[in-house]
Amino acid sequence: MESRAARSPLYSALIFGVLMVIWVVFSGFLDPFHLSLGLISCGIVTWLSSGLLFDDQSIPIRRRAVQTVRFISYMVWLTWQIVLSNIAVLKLAFAPRSSLQPQIVRYRTPLKTDFEKFLLANSITLTPGTVTIKILGDIFYIHAIDDGAASGLNGEMDRRIARIFETREP
Amino acid sequence: MILTILSVILIVSGLVFFFGAAVGLMRFPDFYSRMHAAGKGDTLSTLLVISGFALYQFRDIHDFSHDWPVLLVVLKLLAIVVFIYLTSPTSTSALADAGWEDGIDPVIEPGRENHLEDDCHRTPPSSPQP
Repeated sequence: MESRAARSPLYSALIFGVLMVIWVVFSGFLDPFHLSLGLISCGIVTWLSSGLLFDDQSIPIRRRAVQTVRFISYMVWLTWQIVLSNIAVLKLAFAPRSSLQPQIVRYRTPLKTDFEKFLLANSITLTPGTVTIKILGDIFYIHAIDDGAASGLNGEMDRRIARIFETREP
Repeated sequence: MILTILSVILIVSGLVFFFGAAVGLMRFPDFYSRMHAAGKGDTLSTLLVISGFALYQFRDIHDFSHDWPVLLVVLKLLAIVVFIYLTSPTSTSALADAGWEDGIDPVIEPGRENHLEDDCHRTPPSSPQP
Protein backbone atom coordinates (compact mmCIF):
# COMPACT_ATOMS: atom_id res chain seq x y z
CA MET A 1 0.00 0.00 0.00
CA GLU A 2 2.20 2.79 1.24
CA SER A 3 5.78 3.08 0.14
CA ARG A 4 7.80 2.52 3.28
CA ALA A 5 11.05 2.97 1.39
CA ALA A 6 10.25 6.65 0.80
CA ARG A 7 10.36 7.47 4.52
CA SER A 8 13.26 9.55 5.66
CA PRO A 9 14.58 9.49 9.24
CA LEU A 10 14.83 13.30 9.27
CA TYR A 11 11.12 13.53 8.56
CA SER A 12 10.36 11.00 11.29
CA ALA A 13 12.35 13.12 13.73
CA LEU A 14 10.45 16.22 12.59
CA ILE A 15 7.05 14.54 13.01
CA PHE A 16 8.08 13.21 16.42
CA GLY A 17 9.15 16.70 17.46
CA VAL A 18 5.87 18.26 16.34
CA LEU A 19 3.82 15.59 18.13
CA MET A 20 5.88 15.97 21.30
CA VAL A 21 5.41 19.75 21.38
CA ILE A 22 1.64 19.26 21.00
CA TRP A 23 1.71 16.64 23.78
CA VAL A 24 3.51 18.94 26.20
CA VAL A 25 1.22 21.89 25.44
CA PHE A 26 -1.97 19.86 25.84
CA SER A 27 -0.86 17.90 28.89
CA GLY A 28 0.83 20.68 30.84
CA PHE A 29 2.60 18.21 33.16
CA LEU A 30 6.38 18.14 32.99
CA ASP A 31 7.09 15.32 35.50
CA PRO A 32 8.97 12.20 34.29
CA PHE A 33 5.85 10.00 34.39
CA HIS A 34 3.75 12.12 32.00
CA LEU A 35 6.73 12.93 29.78
CA SER A 36 7.59 9.26 29.34
CA LEU A 37 3.94 8.52 28.49
CA GLY A 38 4.23 11.23 25.84
CA LEU A 39 7.50 9.81 24.50
CA ILE A 40 5.91 6.35 24.13
CA SER A 41 2.70 7.64 22.50
CA CYS A 42 4.48 9.96 20.09
CA GLY A 43 6.94 7.20 19.22
CA ILE A 44 4.12 4.78 18.37
CA VAL A 45 2.22 7.39 16.33
CA THR A 46 5.39 8.38 14.44
CA TRP A 47 6.13 4.74 13.71
CA LEU A 48 2.58 3.98 12.54
CA SER A 49 1.75 7.07 10.54
CA SER A 50 4.88 8.93 9.55
CA GLY A 51 3.89 8.55 5.89
CA LEU A 52 0.65 10.50 6.40
CA LEU A 53 1.73 13.99 7.36
CA PHE A 54 4.14 14.70 4.50
CA ASP A 55 3.49 13.16 1.07
CA ASP A 56 6.85 13.64 -0.52
CA GLN A 57 9.67 12.99 1.91
CA SER A 58 12.36 13.47 -0.74
CA ILE A 59 11.98 17.25 -0.46
CA PRO A 60 14.79 18.63 1.73
CA ILE A 61 13.75 19.80 5.18
CA ARG A 62 15.34 23.17 4.44
CA ARG A 63 12.85 23.85 1.66
CA ARG A 64 10.00 22.80 3.97
CA ALA A 65 11.21 25.40 6.45
CA VAL A 66 11.19 28.09 3.74
CA GLN A 67 7.67 27.02 2.73
CA THR A 68 6.52 27.19 6.34
CA VAL A 69 7.77 30.76 6.74
CA ARG A 70 6.08 31.79 3.46
CA PHE A 71 2.90 29.97 4.52
CA ILE A 72 2.76 31.92 7.78
CA SER A 73 3.19 35.24 5.97
CA TYR A 74 0.42 34.15 3.59
CA MET A 75 -1.83 33.45 6.60
CA VAL A 76 -1.18 36.99 7.87
CA TRP A 77 -2.25 38.40 4.48
CA LEU A 78 -5.29 36.08 4.48
CA THR A 79 -6.32 37.23 7.94
CA TRP A 80 -6.36 40.81 6.67
CA GLN A 81 -8.55 39.66 3.75
CA ILE A 82 -10.91 38.02 6.25
CA VAL A 83 -11.22 41.31 8.14
CA LEU A 84 -12.13 43.09 4.86
CA SER A 85 -14.57 40.31 3.99
CA ASN A 86 -16.36 40.55 7.32
CA ILE A 87 -16.72 44.31 6.98
CA ALA A 88 -18.23 43.65 3.53
CA VAL A 89 -20.70 41.10 4.94
CA LEU A 90 -21.58 43.48 7.76
CA LYS A 91 -22.35 46.23 5.23
CA LEU A 92 -24.37 43.92 2.97
CA ALA A 93 -26.35 42.57 5.91
CA PHE A 94 -27.77 46.03 6.53
CA ALA A 95 -27.93 47.13 2.88
CA PRO A 96 -31.12 47.06 0.79
CA ARG A 97 -31.78 43.85 -1.13
CA SER A 98 -30.95 45.43 -4.51
CA SER A 99 -27.26 45.76 -3.63
CA LEU A 100 -26.79 42.01 -4.12
CA GLN A 101 -26.17 40.51 -7.55
CA PRO A 102 -25.73 36.80 -6.79
CA GLN A 103 -24.12 34.75 -9.55
CA ILE A 104 -22.07 31.59 -10.01
CA VAL A 105 -18.89 31.97 -12.02
CA ARG A 106 -16.35 29.57 -13.47
CA TYR A 107 -12.73 30.02 -12.49
CA ARG A 108 -9.78 28.11 -13.91
CA THR A 109 -6.68 27.72 -11.76
CA PRO A 110 -3.13 26.87 -12.81
CA LEU A 111 -2.46 25.23 -9.43
CA LYS A 112 -1.77 21.50 -9.59
CA THR A 113 -1.45 19.74 -6.24
CA ASP A 114 -4.40 18.88 -4.00
CA PHE A 115 -3.04 20.88 -1.07
CA GLU A 116 -2.67 24.03 -3.20
CA LYS A 117 -6.24 23.64 -4.47
CA PHE A 118 -7.50 23.08 -0.94
CA LEU A 119 -5.71 26.24 0.19
CA LEU A 120 -7.11 28.21 -2.75
CA ALA A 121 -10.66 26.95 -2.15
CA ASN A 122 -10.50 27.89 1.53
CA SER A 123 -8.94 31.26 0.73
CA ILE A 124 -11.65 32.05 -1.83
CA THR A 125 -14.30 31.17 0.71
CA LEU A 126 -12.71 33.44 3.31
CA THR A 127 -12.15 36.48 1.08
CA PRO A 128 -14.82 39.10 0.39
CA GLY A 129 -17.98 38.06 -1.43
CA THR A 130 -16.99 34.65 -2.78
CA VAL A 131 -17.69 31.06 -1.71
CA THR A 132 -16.29 27.99 -3.47
CA ILE A 133 -19.12 25.56 -4.25
CA LYS A 134 -17.45 22.90 -6.34
CA ILE A 135 -14.08 21.90 -7.73
CA LEU A 136 -13.98 19.76 -10.88
CA GLY A 137 -10.37 19.23 -11.93
CA ASP A 138 -8.91 22.67 -12.67
CA ILE A 139 -12.24 24.48 -12.62
CA PHE A 140 -13.64 26.10 -9.52
CA TYR A 141 -17.33 27.05 -9.36
CA ILE A 142 -17.66 30.11 -7.19
CA HIS A 143 -20.73 31.80 -5.81
CA ALA A 144 -20.14 35.55 -5.89
CA ILE A 145 -22.48 37.79 -3.97
CA ASP A 146 -22.07 40.86 -6.19
CA ASP A 147 -20.36 42.05 -9.37
CA GLY A 148 -17.35 43.45 -7.54
CA ALA A 149 -16.61 40.11 -5.89
CA ALA A 150 -16.95 38.27 -9.21
CA SER A 151 -14.48 40.59 -10.95
CA GLY A 152 -12.10 40.33 -8.00
CA LEU A 153 -11.16 36.77 -9.00
CA ASN A 154 -8.18 37.81 -11.08
CA GLY A 155 -5.53 35.25 -10.19
CA GLU A 156 -3.69 37.28 -7.57
CA MET A 157 -4.42 34.63 -4.96
CA ASP A 158 -3.15 31.86 -7.25
CA ARG A 159 0.13 33.71 -7.64
CA ARG A 160 0.49 34.15 -3.89
CA ILE A 161 -0.18 30.44 -3.29
CA ALA A 162 2.14 29.36 -6.11
CA ARG A 163 4.86 31.53 -4.58
CA ILE A 164 4.66 29.61 -1.27
CA PHE A 165 5.45 26.29 -2.94
CA GLU A 166 7.74 27.35 -5.76
CA THR A 167 10.95 25.35 -5.87
CA ARG A 168 13.36 28.22 -6.48
CA GLU A 169 15.35 29.10 -3.37
CA PRO A 170 14.89 32.74 -2.33
CA MET B 1 -5.60 47.36 33.01
CA ILE B 2 -4.59 48.08 29.41
CA LEU B 3 -4.65 44.34 28.70
CA THR B 4 -8.18 44.10 30.06
CA ILE B 5 -9.36 47.01 27.91
CA LEU B 6 -7.71 45.55 24.80
CA SER B 7 -9.23 42.13 25.36
CA VAL B 8 -12.66 43.66 25.94
CA ILE B 9 -12.31 45.58 22.66
CA LEU B 10 -11.38 42.36 20.82
CA ILE B 11 -14.26 40.37 22.33
CA VAL B 12 -16.83 43.11 21.68
CA SER B 13 -15.73 43.57 18.05
CA GLY B 14 -15.98 39.79 17.65
CA LEU B 15 -19.55 39.97 18.92
CA VAL B 16 -20.34 42.82 16.49
CA PHE B 17 -19.21 40.63 13.57
CA PHE B 18 -21.22 37.70 14.96
CA PHE B 19 -24.25 39.99 15.05
CA GLY B 20 -23.64 41.07 11.45
CA ALA B 21 -23.36 37.43 10.40
CA ALA B 22 -26.63 36.60 12.16
CA VAL B 23 -28.45 39.51 10.50
CA GLY B 24 -27.01 38.48 7.12
CA LEU B 25 -28.16 34.94 7.73
CA MET B 26 -31.73 36.18 8.16
CA ARG B 27 -31.78 38.77 5.37
CA PHE B 28 -29.87 37.26 2.44
CA PRO B 29 -32.14 35.91 -0.29
CA ASP B 30 -31.05 32.28 -0.71
CA PHE B 31 -29.11 29.41 0.79
CA TYR B 32 -25.86 30.22 -1.02
CA SER B 33 -25.78 33.89 -0.06
CA ARG B 34 -26.46 32.90 3.53
CA MET B 35 -23.36 30.70 3.45
CA HIS B 36 -21.35 33.90 2.93
CA ALA B 37 -22.59 35.29 6.22
CA ALA B 38 -22.24 32.01 8.11
CA GLY B 39 -18.83 30.98 6.78
CA LYS B 40 -17.02 34.30 7.04
CA GLY B 41 -18.67 35.65 10.15
CA ASP B 42 -17.74 32.57 12.16
CA THR B 43 -14.09 32.62 11.28
CA LEU B 44 -13.23 36.21 12.13
CA SER B 45 -15.56 36.44 15.13
CA THR B 46 -14.10 33.31 16.70
CA LEU B 47 -10.59 34.58 15.99
CA LEU B 48 -11.33 37.94 17.65
CA VAL B 49 -13.16 36.53 20.68
CA ILE B 50 -10.54 33.85 21.35
CA SER B 51 -7.65 36.30 20.90
CA GLY B 52 -9.43 38.44 23.45
CA PHE B 53 -9.52 35.49 25.86
CA ALA B 54 -5.83 34.76 25.18
CA LEU B 55 -4.84 38.36 25.85
CA TYR B 56 -6.89 38.37 29.04
CA GLN B 57 -4.82 35.40 30.28
CA PHE B 58 -1.64 37.52 30.23
CA ARG B 59 -3.16 39.65 32.97
CA ASP B 60 -2.41 36.79 35.38
CA ILE B 61 1.33 36.74 34.68
CA HIS B 62 3.23 38.61 37.38
CA ASP B 63 6.28 36.44 37.94
CA PHE B 64 7.14 34.52 34.81
CA SER B 65 9.13 31.71 36.46
CA HIS B 66 6.07 30.91 38.59
CA ASP B 67 3.22 31.81 36.26
CA TRP B 68 4.47 30.25 32.99
CA PRO B 69 1.69 27.59 32.87
CA VAL B 70 -0.63 30.41 31.76
CA LEU B 71 1.21 30.27 28.44
CA LEU B 72 -0.06 26.70 27.96
CA VAL B 73 -3.64 28.02 28.20
CA VAL B 74 -2.82 30.66 25.58
CA LEU B 75 -1.35 28.01 23.26
CA LYS B 76 -4.45 25.85 23.67
CA LEU B 77 -6.67 28.81 22.77
CA LEU B 78 -4.52 29.40 19.68
CA ALA B 79 -4.96 25.73 18.75
CA ILE B 80 -8.75 26.31 18.74
CA VAL B 81 -8.24 29.24 16.34
CA VAL B 82 -6.17 27.05 14.01
CA PHE B 83 -8.88 24.36 13.93
CA ILE B 84 -11.59 26.95 13.20
CA TYR B 85 -9.45 28.37 10.37
CA LEU B 86 -9.17 24.94 8.80
CA THR B 87 -12.69 23.66 9.34
CA SER B 88 -14.94 26.69 8.94
CA PRO B 89 -14.28 27.45 5.24
CA THR B 90 -14.09 23.73 4.43
CA SER B 91 -17.50 23.05 5.96
CA THR B 92 -18.91 26.14 4.22
CA SER B 93 -17.84 24.75 0.84
CA ALA B 94 -19.02 21.26 1.75
CA LEU B 95 -22.46 22.58 2.74
CA ALA B 96 -22.77 24.71 -0.41
CA ASP B 97 -21.81 21.71 -2.56
CA ALA B 98 -24.24 19.45 -0.70
CA GLY B 99 -26.98 22.04 -1.21
CA TRP B 100 -26.29 22.10 -4.94
CA GLU B 101 -26.28 18.31 -5.20
CA ASP B 102 -29.53 18.19 -3.28
CA GLY B 103 -31.25 20.42 -5.82
CA ILE B 104 -31.40 23.81 -4.08
CA ASP B 105 -31.61 26.41 -6.84
CA PRO B 106 -29.63 29.60 -6.29
CA VAL B 107 -31.17 33.01 -6.73
CA ILE B 108 -29.27 34.52 -9.67
CA GLU B 109 -29.45 38.21 -10.52
CA PRO B 110 -31.10 38.63 -13.96
CA GLY B 111 -28.46 38.96 -16.66
CA ARG B 112 -25.69 37.34 -14.59
CA GLU B 113 -24.08 33.95 -15.18
CA ASN B 114 -24.74 30.59 -13.58
CA HIS B 115 -21.89 28.53 -14.99
CA LEU B 116 -22.53 25.68 -12.58
CA GLU B 117 -25.96 25.15 -14.14
CA ASP B 118 -24.38 25.16 -17.62
CA ASP B 119 -21.60 22.67 -16.88
CA CYS B 120 -22.73 20.41 -14.12
CA HIS B 121 -25.88 18.38 -14.50
CA ARG B 122 -27.11 17.29 -11.14
CA THR B 123 -28.06 13.79 -10.27
CA PRO B 124 -31.79 13.92 -9.52
CA PRO B 125 -32.57 14.04 -5.79
CA SER B 126 -33.15 10.60 -4.32
CA SER B 127 -36.24 11.63 -2.37
CA PRO B 128 -39.11 13.73 -3.77
CA GLN B 129 -39.05 17.41 -2.82
CA PRO B 130 -41.49 18.26 -0.01
